[in-house]
Amino acid sequence: MMAHGLTADGTAKAHLLEAFWKSRRRRAVADRFVVYSLVACAGLVLVPLFSILVHLLSQGAGAINWDFLTHLPKSVGEKGGGMANAILGTLVLLGIASGVGIPIGLGTGIYLSEYADRRFAQSIRFVSDVMNGIPSIVYGIFAYAVLVLPMKRFSAASGGIALGIMMIPIVTRTTEDFLRMVPSALREAALALGAPKWKMTLDVVLGSAKGGIVTGVMVALARVAGETAPLLFTAFGNRYWSFRLDQPIAALPLQIFAYAISPFEDWHRQAWAGALVLIAIVFVVNAVSNYFVSKQSTLYAKKR
Amino acid sequence: MMVIAIVAAIGWTLFSASWPSIRAFGLSFIYQTRWDPVFENFGALPFIYGTLLTSFVALLIAVPVGLGTAIYLAEYAPGWMRKSVSLLVDLLAAIPSVIYGLWGVFVLVPLMRNHVQPFLSKTLGFLPLFQGPAYGVGFLSAGIILAIMIVPFIVSVSREVILAVPPVFKEAAYAVGTTRWEAMRSVILSYGKAGIIGGIILALGRAIGETMAVTMIIGNNVTMSASLFSPGYTLASVIANEFAEAATDLYLSALIEMGLILFIVSIVVNIAARVLIWSVTSKSKIMAVRA
Repeated sequence: MMAHGLTADGTAKAHLLEAFWKSRRRRAVADRFVVYSLVACAGLVLVPLFSILVHLLSQGAGAINWDFLTHLPKSVGEKGGGMANAILGTLVLLGIASGVGIPIGLGTGIYLSEYADRRFAQSIRFVSDVMNGIPSIVYGIFAYAVLVLPMKRFSAASGGIALGIMMIPIVTRTTEDFLRMVPSALREAALALGAPKWKMTLDVVLGSAKGGIVTGVMVALARVAGETAPLLFTAFGNRYWSFRLDQPIAALPLQIFAYAISPFEDWHRQAWAGALVLIAIVFVVNAVSNYFVSKQSTLYAKKR
Repeated sequence: MMVIAIVAAIGWTLFSASWPSIRAFGLSFIYQTRWDPVFENFGALPFIYGTLLTSFVALLIAVPVGLGTAIYLAEYAPGWMRKSVSLLVDLLAAIPSVIYGLWGVFVLVPLMRNHVQPFLSKTLGFLPLFQGPAYGVGFLSAGIILAIMIVPFIVSVSREVILAVPPVFKEAAYAVGTTRWEAMRSVILSYGKAGIIGGIILALGRAIGETMAVTMIIGNNVTMSASLFSPGYTLASVIANEFAEAATDLYLSALIEMGLILFIVSIVVNIAARVLIWSVTSKSKIMAVRA
C-alpha cells in the first residue's frame, strides 16, 4: 500500500478502492461460508436423533404386542414372552424413589425460596447443582455400600432409594424456581389477613405454584425412569414377578441392557420394544411437563 | 441442609468403603497398569486412560458441532426453526443412556466396522491412531456416542451465554462495518468465552461419568492402546461390569475407589464449570442494570 501511495495519488486511490472491494468480497464470502457450516452443524446434531427414533419405531413397533406388555420373560431359547414384570418393576422403583425424593426435594425447595437468607440459599443451590452432575453410577455405589452390604442382598428398596436421591436436586431446583415466580403481592395479601407464615406458605404459595411443582416432580421422574447404572447392583433385575421390597426387582432399563448385550435375535427385538416403551414414557412425561411450564408462565405473565 | 448432608455422606461412604484399597495401593493405584483380580493386584491407569481418551474424542467432535449449532440458533435461525430445533435438542438430552447404548450396539457399531473404520484406516492409516483391526467397538465408537450425548449440554449452555451478551456490543461492532460473522467472533465469542468454556467443562463432566452407553460399545478390554479402534475400558464401565461379581473385599474396594475418583473429579469439574458460567451471566446482569 505504502509503495503505491508514493507513486501517484490517483493510482493509489484506485488501488486502495480495489483492495477494499476485494477484502469486502472475501469477508462476505467468509460470512456466507460460516452460515452454511453453522447450518450443517445444526443438521448434524439432529441426524443421530432421527436415526434413533427411526430405528426405535421400525424395530420396536413390530415387537410390541399384547404378550410383550402382559407376560413374563420366557427362558433362554424360547420365543415370545414379554417384559411385564420389568414395566411393573420400574413403576415400583419410581414409587419408592418418589417417596424419598419428593418430600426432601420439596422441603429443600420451599425452604430455599421462602425461608433461607440469600447467601445460604445460594450456596445450597450451588451444592444441589453440583449434586446433579455427580455420575449416576456413583449413586449406585453409595446405595450399595449403605443398603445392600448391610442387608446382604440386592433389593428393590436400595434401587428405589438410589433413584430417589438422584431426584432430589431436580425437584429442589424446579420447586424453588416456581415458588419464586409466585408474585410477592399474593404473599403480602395473605400475611396482611393475619395468616401465619407457615399457613401462607402452604396455602397461598404452594397452591398457586402447584402446576410448576408437579412439573418438577415429573421431570425428575422422567430423568430417573431411564437410569440403568444406579440399578445394576442395587435393584439388580429379576426374571419373575416381585413385590417385596427386600428382594431384587426387574426394571425396564436393566432388561433392555441385558437383552441388548445378549446373543439372541429374539431378545434383541424385545430390547428395541422395551426401549420404545421406555422412551414413550419419558417423552410423554416431558411433553406434559412442558405444557404445564408454558401454562404456568403465561398465567403469571398475565397477572403482572 | 439435607442436600449438603447427602453429598457429604456419599463422599464419606465412598471413602471409607475404598479405604482397604487406598491403604493397600496408595498412590500407585492411579499409575499402575495391572488389573488382576486373581492375584488382587489393582491399578486403575488403563481405566483412567480410557475415560480421558473417550472424553477427549467426544469433546473434539461435540465442541465445534455444538458451538456451531448454538451460534446458529442464537443468531441466525428464524424463530420457528429456533424453537423446533431447540425442542429437538432437548429431546436428545432426554433419551436415556441405555437407549443410546442399544442404538450404538445395533446401528453405530456395524456402521463403524463396515464403513467408517475401513475408510479411516485406508486414508489416515499411517497414523497410529487409526491402525489395527476394525472391530466396530472401541474408543472411537464410545467417543462418538459420548459426543452425541453431550452435544445438547454444550448447545443449551452456549446458547444461553450467547443470548446473555448485551446487544449494544454487537451493534457497536456492526456500526464499524463488520460482517455478521466478524461481530460474532470478535465480540460475542470473546465476551462469552468463560461461559462457553464452562459449558464445555460441564459436558466433560457428563462424558467422564457416563456409564451405560459406553459400557455397551467400548469393548470392555483392559488395554492402553494408542489406536482409537482398539477396544478399551473406562472407570464407569469397569464398575458397571465387574461390581456385581467382585468376589473379594479388596476387589470391591478397588472398584469403589474408582467410584471415589469419579465422584471427586465430577465435583471439581462441576464447581469449575458453574463458576465460569456464573461469571458471564452475572456480568451481563450488572451490565443490564447499568444500561
